Amino acid sequence: MANITREEVQKISKLAKLRLTEKEAELYQAQFSKILDSMAELRQLDTEDVPPTTSVLGLSNVLREDSPAPFGEAEDLLANAPEREGPYYKVRKVIE
Amino acid sequence: MAEYEMVIGLEVHCQLATKTKLFCGCATDGFGAVANTRVCPVCTGQPGVLPVLNKRAVELAFQAALALDCKLADVSIFARKNYFYPDLPKAYQISQYEQPFSQHGRLECRLKDGAAKVVRIHRIHLEEDAGKLLHAIGSEELDHSLVDFNRGGTPLIEIVSEPDIRVSDEAYAYLTALREVLIYSGASRCDLEKGEMRCDANISVRLKGAEKFGTRAEIKNLNSFKNVKDALEYEFRRQVEIVESGGKVVQETRLWNAEKMATFSMRSKEEAHDYRYFPDPDLVPLEAKPAWVAALKAGLPELPAARRARLTSEFRLSSYDAEVLTSKKEVADSFLETMKLLAPEDAKALANLMLNTADFSPIDAPRMAELVTLTRRVITVNKAKELYPELRASGKSPKTLVEEKGLAQVSDEGQLREWVKAALAANPQAAADLRGGKERAIGSIVGAVMKLSKGKANPGLVNKLIKEAVNAGA
Ligand SMILES: [Zn+2]
Repeated sequence: MANITREEVQKISKLAKLRLTEKEAELYQAQFSKILDSMAELRQLDTEDVPPTTSVLGLSNVLREDSPAPFGEAEDLLANAPEREGPYYKVRKVIE
Repeated sequence: MAEYEMVIGLEVHCQLATKTKLFCGCATDGFGAVANTRVCPVCTGQPGVLPVLNKRAVELAFQAALALDCKLADVSIFARKNYFYPDLPKAYQISQYEQPFSQHGRLECRLKDGAAKVVRIHRIHLEEDAGKLLHAIGSEELDHSLVDFNRGGTPLIEIVSEPDIRVSDEAYAYLTALREVLIYSGASRCDLEKGEMRCDANISVRLKGAEKFGTRAEIKNLNSFKNVKDALEYEFRRQVEIVESGGKVVQETRLWNAEKMATFSMRSKEEAHDYRYFPDPDLVPLEAKPAWVAALKAGLPELPAARRARLTSEFRLSSYDAEVLTSKKEVADSFLETMKLLAPEDAKALANLMLNTADFSPIDAPRMAELVTLTRRVITVNKAKELYPELRASGKSPKTLVEEKGLAQVSDEGQLREWVKAALAANPQAAADLRGGKERAIGSIVGAVMKLSKGKANPGLVNKLIKEAVNAGA
């Protein structure tokens, strides 16, 4: 069985901005390990002649013309903001 | 002290000249507009939306790459670069990582002394811009930050150079050449004031002749070419001092502060450089099909280097004149357009009219050509240059303006002789020098005649008449 450490779980949760309880961390540690086990199973297949696949749709160049299509309801988007100030989204101070 | 050199690689972001954003139909004209008026569910990262790639953005990106001698990848893919920041509503930026659309280009830059320097281009990839954060309104510092997503999702290309640059002047020359090529190709307007061209620099130092690179720092917040040059020079001194005193340069991101003329460590960025790139499942691969690429290549206009070569060979301009003329595309365009109406031997006269004029912006070719013709007999080059503001404002022909303003050159020899006589009398020292064989002294006499004539005397004739007067013993 793959072995995901508790530190790795903590790092991943931090990157995902999730705060885990000890119990949750334990649960995910086991689940992550199982997921890796499943991937390890796939690794047994011979993929020598299979090119790397990033999309299974068989499509390429799905493009749109460069013509403006204003949404028209920008105000509705702003209305969903937890906090706003005039036409701006208001967030906690971030500065370098 | 041992001799050190800097090793510099530049990462330049340029906004592509599209009407709409990279993955949605929102307009890209949001600079200076009311905040959050060019936004939609796609570029604000609402759940359940799908990005669709802008064809024009791809075409401009491909043309930029072709203009920079890059190879286009047969297939490229988009990847998600994951990080949390308030200017990034999806919490990932759509970019390209493992398979960028182009690699391995080169750009020839010209240094101040006229020497050429080739900088290799490592890769160019397509990505979307982030939104804009506001930390102050005017001079008033806010206790929170404000977010404007008008810019978020704007198409960018990131051009990554190889670490081929060795001195700050080369960095300046590279950026200048890059900007020229991108403007000529039409890929980007590269308006620095609007942030349409932004640069980050990677710099390390090593002993001259050493092969191994030192540890590099990445410098951000370089919003003018001069900033780049100043920051590199500062950072070079800082790193050399560290090395000389036995210390170690730390790999980190540093921010340039133009007021303090120094770089400062950006500790906040050190934390999680763990972007966990993975192919974006919402987007399909991008294929550079040969027929498409060929059409884009054929559609590229003449680039600055080719144009400079043509100006010196076809029109016999000096390489300096060719350089200055081509540095602004619209000026070079106007020159070539006007030359269609003139004889090849007028090239130098036309160049003279266009160069050394503060903020020259071209007028239409027929009037420009007429102006050149007038400078042959009727008005001086300086008078012609003074007409630009009115020509631009009024739409009148140069001939009409010259007549209206009574600017026509005086070629009447009787009148000219009188002025010459007065000028010689008023400048006895110069007159004596001239009589004594000091030919250079003629300049101040010509100047005096021009002053007397309010700039209207025909300079060729004046020269001739001064010589005649002196030889006749005046
Ligand atoms: Zn949008």
